Amino acid sequence: MNAPALETRGLYKSFGALTVANAVDFRLERGARHALIGPNGAGKTTFVELVTGALRPNAGQIRLDGADVTHLAQAVRVKRGLVRTFQITALFRRLSILENVTLAVCERQGIAGDLFRPSGHHRAAIEEAHALLERLGLEDQALRPVSMLAYGRQRLVEIAMSLALSPKVLLLDEPAAGVPSGESGRIIEAIERLPQDIALLIIEHDMDLVFRLARRITVLVQGSVLVEGPPEAIAADPEVRRVYLGERALA
Amino acid sequence: MTDTLAAAVSILFHGTALAMVLYLISVGLSVTMGLMGFVNLAHGVFAMLGGYIVAGLMSRLGVPFVIALAAASVATALASVVVERLLYRRLYGADDLDQVLLTMGLIFMSVAGATYFCGPLTQPMHPPRWLSGEVDLGFRSFPAFRSFLILCGAALVTLLWLGLERSRVGVQIRAAVDSLRMAQSVGINTSRLFTLTFALGSGLAGLGGALGADLLAIEPTYALENLVYFLIVVAVGGLGSIRGPFVAALVIGIADTGFKYLLPELGAFFIYALTMVILLWRPRGLFGRTA
Amino acid sequence: MTVGAFARRHRYRPLEALPWVAALAAAIVFPSYLPLGSQILATILFALSADLVLGYAGIVTLGHAAFFGTGAYTAGILAANGWGEPLTGLLAGALAAGLVGFLSGLVVLRTTGLTLLMQTLVVATLLHEAANKASSITGGDDGLQGMDVWPIFGIFRFDLFGRTAYAYCLVVLFVCWWLARRLVHSPFGRSLTGIRENIRRMHAIGAPVVHRRLVIYTISAALAGVSGALIAQTTSFVGLTSLSLDRSGTVLIMLIIGGVGQLYGAFIGVPLYMVAQDRFSEIDPVYWYFWIGLLMVVVVVFARGGVLGLFDRFRR
Repeated sequence: MNAPALETRGLYKSFGALTVANAVDFRLERGARHALIGPNGAGKTTFVELVTGALRPNAGQIRLDGADVTHLAQAVRVKRGLVRTFQITALFRRLSILENVTLAVCERQGIAGDLFRPSGHHRAAIEEAHALLERLGLEDQALRPVSMLAYGRQRLVEIAMSLALSPKVLLLDEPAAGVPSGESGRIIEAIERLPQDIALLIIEHDMDLVFRLARRITVLVQGSVLVEGPPEAIAADPEVRRVYLGERALA
Repeated sequence: MTDTLAAAVSILFHGTALAMVLYLISVGLSVTMGLMGFVNLAHGVFAMLGGYIVAGLMSRLGVPFVIALAAASVATALASVVVERLLYRRLYGADDLDQVLLTMGLIFMSVAGATYFCGPLTQPMHPPRWLSGEVDLGFRSFPAFRSFLILCGAALVTLLWLGLERSRVGVQIRAAVDSLRMAQSVGINTSRLFTLTFALGSGLAGLGGALGADLLAIEPTYALENLVYFLIVVAVGGLGSIRGPFVAALVIGIADTGFKYLLPELGAFFIYALTMVILLWRPRGLFGRTA
Repeated sequence: MTVGAFARRHRYRPLEALPWVAALAAAIVFPSYLPLGSQILATILFALSADLVLGYAGIVTLGHAAFFGTGAYTAGILAANGWGEPLTGLLAGALAAGLVGFLSGLVVLRTTGLTLLMQTLVVATLLHEAANKASSITGGDDGLQGMDVWPIFGIFRFDLFGRTAYAYCLVVLFVCWWLARRLVHSPFGRSLTGIRENIRRMHAIGAPVVHRRLVIYTISAALAGVSGALIAQTTSFVGLTSLSLDRSGTVLIMLIIGGVGQLYGAFIGVPLYMVAQDRFSEIDPVYWYFWIGLLMVVVVVFARGGVLGLFDRFRR
C-alpha cells in the first residue's frame, strides 16, 4: 500500500464571496518533512482546520492513509492518527502541564471514557505523560499550571500533547510563532527529534526554520497552491519571490 | 366579519402588541449580549423600573403620560449607567457562571427593593384619558392603549433601526458587535460604547416595561417571571442581532396569544415547545451569526 | 506537590470524614432540628449533582430543578397512588429524572453559552407548566397530597421526630457522594475538567465531547432526581416550587458560597444557606431576598472561590 499519509483532492471552501481554499490538491508522504508556506491570509491555518475536521469543506476529499475521512468528526480523525497543534496556544491554562498531557494520554489509551475505573490505570497514564515531559525537558515544571510557564515552554507542551496522541500525521501550525529567539532553539530541537515515521507538515513563516527542517515545500497563495517542490527549487522560483517581495513592496 | 376572521384579527392585533413590548425590552439585551458577551439576566429589572416610575409619576404626581414615559426611560438609562460602571464592567470577560450569579443577585435585590417600596401587589397602570376607550376603524374597534402601544412601538423601532444604520454611534455599535477587536484597532472607544449601548438598551426596556404594563404586569417579581420570555426572544432572534429579535418577538407574541386563545388549557406550553423546535433547527437563532 | 502525590490525589484524606462526623454530631446535638437536617442532607445531594455539571463540566444551567422536580413528582405520584416503597421510589425518581436529563441533554447540549442557559430554563419552565396543567395527577398549585410512604425495608417507619428520615437521607447521600467522588477522580471525571477549560482542545485530542457532556448531564440529572425523591418522601409533599426557577437559582447560590468544582462546596454552602434561611426568612422574607442578593453580588466580585476558595487563599 503506497497511499500517502495524508492527501487532499480538490479541497474547496468559501465563506460567501471569499474563497479560502481553491481546489487544493495536496500530498503528504509517509515520513515526510513537509512545509506549507505563504503570505498572510493565504489560507494556511484554514487548510489545517479543513484537514483536521474543525471546518467542513464545500467540496473535495480528504484521505488519511488512503481512507476517506472527509465527513468524519475531528475527534475521530485524531483517533486515526491525525493530530495538530495550534498557532495560538490552546492548552488547559489553569491545569498543570502534567495534567494537560495526561488528559491527552488518557484519550489515546481509550480509558478517558471510563467512569469507575480503578486508579491503577490512571497511574500508568500519568507516568507516561511524565515520561513525555522528560523527553522534552519539561519535567521540572510538571506541576506548574500552563499559565505560569514561559511562552516558549507552552509551545513545547503543545508538542508534548500531540506526541501523547501517537500521531501518524502531525500538523504543526507555526510551532515557533511568538517565541523569543532564545527559546526557539528547544522547539526546533524537539521537532528535529520527532520520530521519523511520523509524517510532518509544518506551517511556518520563519524561512530559516523551514529550510532547516523541510525536505519538501508547498507554497499557498490566496487559497491556491502556487508551486510545490524541494527547498532549493522553491528558493529559486521567481514566482515565489514575486509573491513575497510583492507583499513586502506593498507594505 | 366572520368569527374566524375576527378571531384572527384579534390574535394578530394583541399578538403584535405583545411582540412590540417584548422587542422593546429584549433588543437591548440582544445587543449587549452580542457586544459585551455579558449574560445580563437582570435586564428585566430595567423594564420593571420603567413601569414603576411611570405608574408612580402618574398616580402620585399627576404627571402627564407622555412626559412620564420620557422621564422613565431617561431615569432607567441613568440607573443602568450606574450599574454598568460600578458592577458590570468588572465582569466583562468573566465566566458565564459569574455573570449569571451577579445578575441573579441583582434580580433578588430588585425584588426585595420593589416589595419594600411599592408593596408586593401588581402595580395598577391607568392609561391617560385620551388613550382609554377604543379606536373605531369602521369594520372593527380596537383598544386605544394597545393601538398606541403598537404605533409607538413601530415608531421607536423605526427610529432605532434608522439610528443604527445612519448615525455615527449606530455604525460604531454595529461594527463593534461584528468584531470588537477590529473596532478597537480602528480607534473606537469601546468602553464608552458599552456604557452608551447599555444605557440605550435599558432606556428602551424601561419604555417597553411601562408601555406594556397591562400585558406584562408590573410587580416585584417581574424580572423573574418574564425572564424566560426575554431570553427566548433573544436566543431565537440571534444574539447580537437587531432585527432578529423583532422577528422572534413577532413569532413568539402572535403564537403565544394565538395558543392561549385557541387552547387555553395548555397555556404557555406551546411557546416553550416551539422555542425548542426552532433552536433545534437553528441553534444560533433565526438571525444568529456564526461566531 | 510531587508527581507521586499528584498520582495519589484520589486517595481518601482524613479531612474527608469531617462532613459525616458533623452530620452524626448534629443529629445528636440538635435532635429537634432533624427534619431541617434531612432537608439539608437531601439538598446537599441536589447541589452535589449540580456541581458535577456546573463545576466539573462547565455547563451553566438555570434549569436543574427540572430533574429535582421530576424525581420528586415521580416518587410522590407513586406513593400517592398505592406504591409507597421508598427505595424503589428513589430508583424510579432517579430513572425518570435521568431520562429527562438524557432527552433534554440531546437538544440542549448542542449549544453553549446563553443559548444553552436559556434552553435549560425553557425545559424547566416547560415541565413546570406541564405539572401545573396536569393538576389531576400532580395536584397543581396546591401540590401533591395523600402520599403514603411505607417503612424502609418494612421495619423503619418514618417517625414524627424525623429520625428515620434523617438516617435515610444520610445513607443515600453517602452512597451518592461515594459514587460522585469516584466519578470525579476517574479519567472520565478528569476529562470533564478539560471540557470545562477548553472544549476546542478536547476535540483536538480526540475526546468525544458531546457524548461525555451528555453522560455527565444524565448522571447529574439522575442524582438530582434522587434528591427530589428524598425530599418528597421525607416531607410527604411535592409542590410546584420543586420545578421553579427559584430552586434552580438557589442551588447555584449555595454552590457559589461553598465553592464550585471541588466536590465539597455543596457540603459547606448548603448548610450555611439553609440554616441562615431558616433563621432569617422568618423575620422578614423581603430582607432575606435582599441580603442573599447582596451576598451573591459581593461573593462574585470579591470572593469568587467561595468558602473553599478562601481556605485555599489562606493556605498560601
